[in-house]
Amino acid sequence: MAPAASVSRLLGAGVCAGPLRPRLLQSATPGRARPSGRTLASAATPAVREPEGSIDLNDRILNEPLKHSDFFNVKELFSVRSLFDARVHLGHKAGCRHRFMEPYIFGSRLDQDIIDLEQTAAHLWLALNFTAHVAYRKGIILFVGRNRQFSHLIETTARDCGEYAHTRYFKGGLLTNAPLLLGPKVRLPDLIIFLHTLNNVFEPHVAVRDAAKMQIPTVGIVDTNCNPCLITYPVPGNDDSPPSVHLFCRLFQTIINRAKQKRRHMEALYRLQGQEGPGARGGGPAHPPSLGAYPGDRSSPLPEESGSHACP
Amino acid sequence: MRAGCARSRVPEEPARGAALGQGRKGGLKNHMEVVPRLRQRQNSTAAVGERDQEASFGKRPILLWLLRTRGYYELATPGGGAGHAPRGGSHTQSATSRPAPRGTPPPPSLHPRDPPSPTGACAAVRPRPFTLQPWSPAAKMAAPSVFWGAAVSYRLFLGGRVSLALRQGVWKAAAAELQRAIAYLFPSGLFEKQARPIMKHPEQIFPKQRAIQWGEDGRPFHFLFYTGKQSYYSLMHEAYGKLLDVEKRQNQLQAKGLFSEKTKTKDLIGSRWLIKEELEEMLVEKLSDQDYAQFIRLLERLLTVECSAEEEEFVQRFRRSVTVQSRKQLIEPLQYDGQGMAFSTSEGKRKSAKAEAIVYEHGSGRIKVNGIDYLLYFPVTQDREQLMFPFHFLDRLGKHDVTCTVSGGGRSSQAGAIRLAMAKALCSFVTEEEVEWMRQAGLLTADPRVRERKKPGQEGARRKFTWKKR
Repeated sequence: MAPAASVSRLLGAGVCAGPLRPRLLQSATPGRARPSGRTLASAATPAVREPEGSIDLNDRILNEPLKHSDFFNVKELFSVRSLFDARVHLGHKAGCRHRFMEPYIFGSRLDQDIIDLEQTAAHLWLALNFTAHVAYRKGIILFVGRNRQFSHLIETTARDCGEYAHTRYFKGGLLTNAPLLLGPKVRLPDLIIFLHTLNNVFEPHVAVRDAAKMQIPTVGIVDTNCNPCLITYPVPGNDDSPPSVHLFCRLFQTIINRAKQKRRHMEALYRLQGQEGPGARGGGPAHPPSLGAYPGDRSSPLPEESGSHACP
Repeated sequence: MRAGCARSRVPEEPARGAALGQGRKGGLKNHMEVVPRLRQRQNSTAAVGERDQEASFGKRPILLWLLRTRGYYELATPGGGAGHAPRGGSHTQSATSRPAPRGTPPPPSLHPRDPPSPTGACAAVRPRPFTLQPWSPAAKMAAPSVFWGAAVSYRLFLGGRVSLALRQGVWKAAAAELQRAIAYLFPSGLFEKQARPIMKHPEQIFPKQRAIQWGEDGRPFHFLFYTGKQSYYSLMHEAYGKLLDVEKRQNQLQAKGLFSEKTKTKDLIGSRWLIKEELEEMLVEKLSDQDYAQFIRLLERLLTVECSAEEEEFVQRFRRSVTVQSRKQLIEPLQYDGQGMAFSTSEGKRKSAKAEAIVYEHGSGRIKVNGIDYLLYFPVTQDREQLMFPFHFLDRLGKHDVTCTVSGGGRSSQAGAIRLAMAKALCSFVTEEEVEWMRQAGLLTADPRVRERKKPGQEGARRKFTWKKR
């Protein structure tokens, strides 16, 4: 099933989605990043001075990806089959089920909840796309997770894609009282990715609520016992099995690297065009039918993908 | 000093008398006679004229004194005041306090207001190498230029004379002494090494602080910045990564079947873990006790598994060495006497007794203390048992001869001192293992017990006075 169909359904109706999506439509709106509420809380964001002549250049760089639906070619990274093989569909027992996760559950087999992978795929596409756009715009991405089994993996993932991680004890006012805890003019993360939404005592992670308070968009992998309410881009899926978490880490790392690489390409391209003269040609979205076009990708997609990406 | 009799005052301050023009006192005359008469001149007009010249320089007394002391001219005079008389009241103190350079004749004083000498022999003022310009009222108008010219000329000349004298080596000693005297009397902090300001190292004043953690665009440098304790958590991350590597390697070996269970014993005895404060200092971060404990636990876990050289090195970074006392037993070197017999010397102390023992390698168990046989020197069995103990412990009872000297203390202290000395000396003849046994038996440790002092309010060191209920 094409993710595009489910995406359009989600975008249009927003019915089965359940949780509110205030930011969904705003992701397509153009415009530079305005100082939002969370940055106002922490004094002034360090302003990067740009020369006057390149403002239109910057605008073009930032607006170009918004004109295409899948600028970063997210859909080729995974498929329902790959999700199934990574055991993403396995949820907890029926007794642990959270009420708000019921729309995402396909069914229950021997008292174990099974997550609907088609919905998962759609949500995952949205989440990855949004992550790519944030990385393209040089945003700070923070990976959060509190499962000690995968703490090292998450930190390694974050370091490999040049972003940040926090898989340790979360101090109370880290986001809400950041100027005191982290420094006077600290810049807060622009996106928080939750590999595990619950902490070690099976309660919602404090960062979910704090990110919502500080108006930081969040992407989260929500299991059947999690609360998807406050998460901007929930991705229903298994967060306890190693193959599942490994897959998600790989996906995020790939897409972030791809987005950064794309940004470097666009900047180089527009700089060259600026030197040549006016009459700029827009750089189209990536057309990588083969996988060699993104040499920066560390991940190797599963073998089934190449055959199935056209008709997942 | 006899009170009430000014006349009989000792001529310590002849200058005052002379300066006030109160005339010479008897004592002064005597003093003057002591002054050697270098030269005597007849009364002559020339002398008078020269005297006038000197009188003209009476307004510049220092110069006069300088000229005189440097031997430009001498006074052969009973006239004038006593030797060290300075000119003017203002220079009284300085002249008396400043010691005159050695070798100069004491400058005989000549005050222009002094009455002429009774003998009539004028103070023969003989400027030696040059003639002074006569100063007369007639030349008053031209005086300034002439006068200053003269001043400059003889100042230059002064310098020339002094340098000549220095070259001749005459004034060297005097100049050095003068320098020393001036440095002593007028100490200056400018050049004194001990007066130099000593400043602390900047690191002691400004404690180590974190630099700004993010770049111009606001992105932090460290990937664990948002945890709050980036150094500590990155250290934990690194340590855990190493542990995972080791376990992966072990799994691979096990899969291949090459895994061997041998665990090499690591040399941990001489070192200790870093303490929390040292770790905090290393990371420039505050840690909690639980954090520290967690870190040490992780490192210890890393030590239990078999790890490679780089992991060992990583762990050793957090260990500090501790001096182990048990390995520091000093073993006396063997010496050989005339007959080729090996012997070893050592010292021992107990309370206030000091002993020195010489243990010979081969012998029949004879012990001489201060030249006396031990049986006679120590009539009490207990003391002889103490002497016997080291040999008995090592099963070498009749195999060594000992000669020792002892002084101080009582019989028991002397016995203990000799025992310690003998045991130390025996270390040279014995294996290291046996030395360790001796150490553990307490033979090589000096007994630190000394008599405890008596305290007030008690009968002895510990014994209290008898308590009476009423």
